Amino acid sequence: MVRGTKSKMDQVTVTVLENRFAAPGVYRLRIEVPAIARVAHPGQFLMLRVGQTLDPLLRRPFSIHAVHDSRTIDILYRVIGKGTNLLTAIKKGGRLDIVGPLGRGFSWKEGSPSLLVAGGIGIAPLFFLAQTITQNGAGAKTSVFIGARNKTELLCVKELKAMGLQVEAATEDGSRGKKGLITDLITNRVAASRPVIYSCGPYPMLHAVASLAMQYGLSCQVSLESFMACGLGACLGCVAEMRNGDLVRVCKEGPVFDAYEVA
Amino acid sequence: MKKTKPDLSVQIGLLRLQNPVLTASGTFGYGQEYAGLVDLNCLGGIIVKGLSLSPRPGNMPPRTVETPCGLLNAIGLQNVGVENFIADKLPFLRNLSVPVIVNILGQDIKEYRKLAERLSNVEGIAALEVNISCPNVKKGGVVFGTDYKAAARVTKAVRAAAELPIIVKLSPNVTDIVSIARAVQEAGADAVSLINTLTGMAVDVETRRPKLHNVTGGLSGPAIKPVALRMVWQVARAVKIPVIGCGGIMTAADALEFLIAGACAVQVGTANFVNPRATMEIISGIEEYLGRHNLKDIKSLVGSLIL
Repeated sequence: MVRGTKSKMDQVTVTVLENRFAAPGVYRLRIEVPAIARVAHPGQFLMLRVGQTLDPLLRRPFSIHAVHDSRTIDILYRVIGKGTNLLTAIKKGGRLDIVGPLGRGFSWKEGSPSLLVAGGIGIAPLFFLAQTITQNGAGAKTSVFIGARNKTELLCVKELKAMGLQVEAATEDGSRGKKGLITDLITNRVAASRPVIYSCGPYPMLHAVASLAMQYGLSCQVSLESFMACGLGACLGCVAEMRNGDLVRVCKEGPVFDAYEVA
Repeated sequence: MKKTKPDLSVQIGLLRLQNPVLTASGTFGYGQEYAGLVDLNCLGGIIVKGLSLSPRPGNMPPRTVETPCGLLNAIGLQNVGVENFIADKLPFLRNLSVPVIVNILGQDIKEYRKLAERLSNVEGIAALEVNISCPNVKKGGVVFGTDYKAAARVTKAVRAAAELPIIVKLSPNVTDIVSIARAVQEAGADAVSLINTLTGMAVDVETRRPKLHNVTGGLSGPAIKPVALRMVWQVARAVKIPVIGCGGIMTAADALEFLIAGACAVQVGTANFVNPRATMEIISGIEEYLGRHNLKDIKSLVGSLIL
């Protein structure tokens, strides 16, 4: 059973083992950090200080993409701004200051089939969940659906297939997989197998996935993204609005939420 | 001659701190959020998130945006309210050995008075910090902090109601911060802390929308440090009560600048987000500095600016 609960967090300086181009505009960072790798849950994240600069000032949140041998952690990141641009310059052997693991991750329901639905870089935390599921021998009951705008933004398909998982892809321009949105692809699948859905991606996609889950009465967990200053629950800057009107911290009560609770 | 460890303790009215490093309100939650990363008992004191009489939901997101060397926020004083604080948050804080200072905020003077009365009657609170400077809510806060008469009225009301030392937190969004500091001193404040955030704004040029839902927010971080330092220096020369310096302190050197300029203690805010261990590094850095300069205590450094 994978619990989406909190693990003991720590602030540590780690060694970069690798920081490589993974796809256009996407990098894979590998760090050695046994203390965090041992206790991290899929869906949790790290706050990473990309340098000693005052600009950018704050840490950047990154979900944990993969854990290897309880020793190393991979982060898959898209280069979008000042912080991630600086991060690409950090070489093998470089040092990084990280805080984690943080937040509440996915709560994997072992007894039910799993449907992982990713949009673009949203595959980042779902890959770790897929890893955990296969390690627990439940790969056969699991399918992964990945959507992207085009084939270059379609990530991790090969790696997931190599893990023995059933992977289906959709691109908006039809350059690979089915042409269209990923939600079109999963509609006929959810009715038959009644899976638990785990999803991460752009908000409109999450919204569509959540609506579909509700339509079929399926359990669904979504990982939200938010600008974060502290990542620790202290600054109250990253709140998201819930269906009941409450504003809750994405970093602490999330980033993974029950889709039925999110507005 | 045997070299003794420098004495880091400071006295702010009746409040004694083991070292001059406090956590700034709103940047350290209710303490517990940092418990896994910081040895809370090593701090000079903890100033908790601003409390109102009733819980407040705060502003709609987005609430924060990063700007060069700074952080703009418009949280809107989201807090659990005084009763929930006493029931749920204070028991943890009470078990710590360091002073807990509660930041209070009201919509009118009656609310400030009620908060002061209520918090004076519970165990485990060392002092009150009266927030008359939050720029992010329409009612309360800064309306009292930008007019010296109103600032004095709030201070007087809290003074009369509280049996605790009171620190008044000043707004930098004023023409003359010295006149406000003088007014709250006359009204009975035991100390002043400054500065709160500077009102600011950021625009997304692609969408032409403000980056904060609240449109404007409070700027903190290293970007405001020179302004904070200047105001601390001006106020420290003009008042007799202790001044607590705050604004963009990231390192021990930053903290030392404030102490030299006249602050007898400092608050560390935004730095807690960047480096959760910032307070610990600042404390040891100050100690190292005192040792290196053969200063036996903090007092020998405070206000020692050479002009």
